[in-house]
Amino acid sequence: MKILVAVKRVVDHKVNVRVKADETGIETANVKMAINPFCEIAIEQAVRFKEQGSVDEVVLVCIGPKEADVQLRAGLAFGADRAILIRTDEEVQSLDVAKILHKIVQEELPDVVLLGKQAIDTDNNQTGQMLAALTNMPQGTFASNIVFTVPNTVKVTREVDGGLVTLALSLPAVITVDLRLNIPRYASLPNIMKAKRKVITMTSPDSLGVSLSPRLTTLKVESPPVRQAGIKVADVAELVDKLQLQAKGFKWQY
Amino acid sequence: MAILIVADHDNHTLQAATFSVLTAASEIVKHISDTELHLLIIGDECQSVVAMAQGITGLSKILVADYQIHQYPLAENIAPLIFSLVQEQGHCNDENREFDKVEYSHIITSAGTTGKDYQPRVAALLDVAQISDIISVESADTFKRPIYAGKAIATVQSSDAIKVLTVRSSAFTAASLTTELSAIESQVPVVALVAQADSGKSAFIKAELTQSSRPELTTAKIVISGGRGMQNTDNFELLYTLADQLHAAVGASRAAVDAGFVANDLQIGQTGKIVAPDLYIAVGISGAIQHIAGITGSKAIVAINNDPDAPIFDVADYCLVADLFEVLPELIAVLKVKD
Repeated sequence: MKILVAVKRVVDHKVNVRVKADETGIETANVKMAINPFCEIAIEQAVRFKEQGSVDEVVLVCIGPKEADVQLRAGLAFGADRAILIRTDEEVQSLDVAKILHKIVQEELPDVVLLGKQAIDTDNNQTGQMLAALTNMPQGTFASNIVFTVPNTVKVTREVDGGLVTLALSLPAVITVDLRLNIPRYASLPNIMKAKRKVITMTSPDSLGVSLSPRLTTLKVESPPVRQAGIKVADVAELVDKLQLQAKGFKWQY
Repeated sequence: MAILIVADHDNHTLQAATFSVLTAASEIVKHISDTELHLLIIGDECQSVVAMAQGITGLSKILVADYQIHQYPLAENIAPLIFSLVQEQGHCNDENREFDKVEYSHIITSAGTTGKDYQPRVAALLDVAQISDIISVESADTFKRPIYAGKAIATVQSSDAIKVLTVRSSAFTAASLTTELSAIESQVPVVALVAQADSGKSAFIKAELTQSSRPELTTAKIVISGGRGMQNTDNFELLYTLADQLHAAVGASRAAVDAGFVANDLQIGQTGKIVAPDLYIAVGISGAIQHIAGITGSKAIVAINNDPDAPIFDVADYCLVADLFEVLPELIAVLKVKD
């Protein structure tokens, strides 16, 4: 069985991002970049399946600038076998990402495509579902548990609003992972060294026959309204008093 | 032209999120002349949902796909249904086989886990972009949405003919659109949609849902949340007691969920639920960026933490630096007295 894992390079989740003064976007110059945390969980899961023997090959795929090879090497150091980098310096929106991944799926014919449930920069939560639509595969979104069963079925437990729901999907399938699926490992130095010898194939959206056609234009990016500084209360009595008397827009009645 | 609103329901009642989506839809209507609102109800034995919907003012039509294959909302079955409805630009009334020509400009639903699941699949079938989690309507094609865990707000304009949207329900007040009108008096036509074939690609196996008598997290007026500082599952009882006194919902930080103190569906933040109650009380929560992303819409925020440097105090309106194990029993006692 073969697993394809989609990986996105994003601003590190610990960075406190700043909006550019001209309100055209986020300051990304000299900001630490990393694998999107949800993608990291997807890679970890694929590698675990390989270690358990249920998967033969783990292929990473990333769409981004040439610097994204750093993130792909990091993913290879987890234990993935090889990687594909679709190089572009353009902003690629979810629908086009799905179209590019669709082409890769047609070439690689994976049994499962694993993606993160969302990228922590755009917060869209769309790509996996769109890819499932284009490839006409079933989808298991927000997965917190994945179990392969015979014949050609995968059971996916999903994190939904009221709790958990388990679905059975026929393979091939698209699965997007949630935080609770696993805790990604730290790559060891020998594995990092080994990852340097693994193959990263370069291609481009053009050579895959996908012309980028962004449908959405970002007119402005602004900082959210800043909350007024709060007040410090000394004890419970004062807290209750304040809430009853003057909490903004709120009258505490009980 | 019409706007298609896909209802959130559990086959028995319309959920509160639907009413927030109706508010968002009526804000879009203000920017378009001569447009209708259609409500789509997809489910199984959902007559009571249809009856509730008939009491909503402002709807021109209620479309119903009441079939066994929709007992559990599977994206593989929902997406082709919405796609055919929109692509054919019309729908067949089962009884008189009349074909109504309607062009949809917007397909809109709430950004709950169900909407997030099927809506991008619909968008891809239609070959259009989706705009996720909108928090305001600027015009018929321009919307605001948070990015980077709410650290920035993007104003996004769509060039697609059909706008596929999900709505952050906590950002739109749930309009009280229901009238006293009974279903029998209602003039809103109900159109039964023809059955679609089951995709055969996915099947529902089981649900393990959290049972709670407390208000629903995303619509509660008061939310009390616990974090790692709660230390264990048993200590959450303190929050439950307090929540019951205040008729509040209980939430949690990722740390509390990861540590197994509470179920995952209580998680508030970038990757969990987004809340905007009148009062948010954060207990033993440090206030990571990802948690703050889920609470900044709250009217008043109270933080109780023993670390005076906790980032939660930067966003809280009322800050109490104290040991939560002293504060919580005191609060419970004070509220008991006032009862």
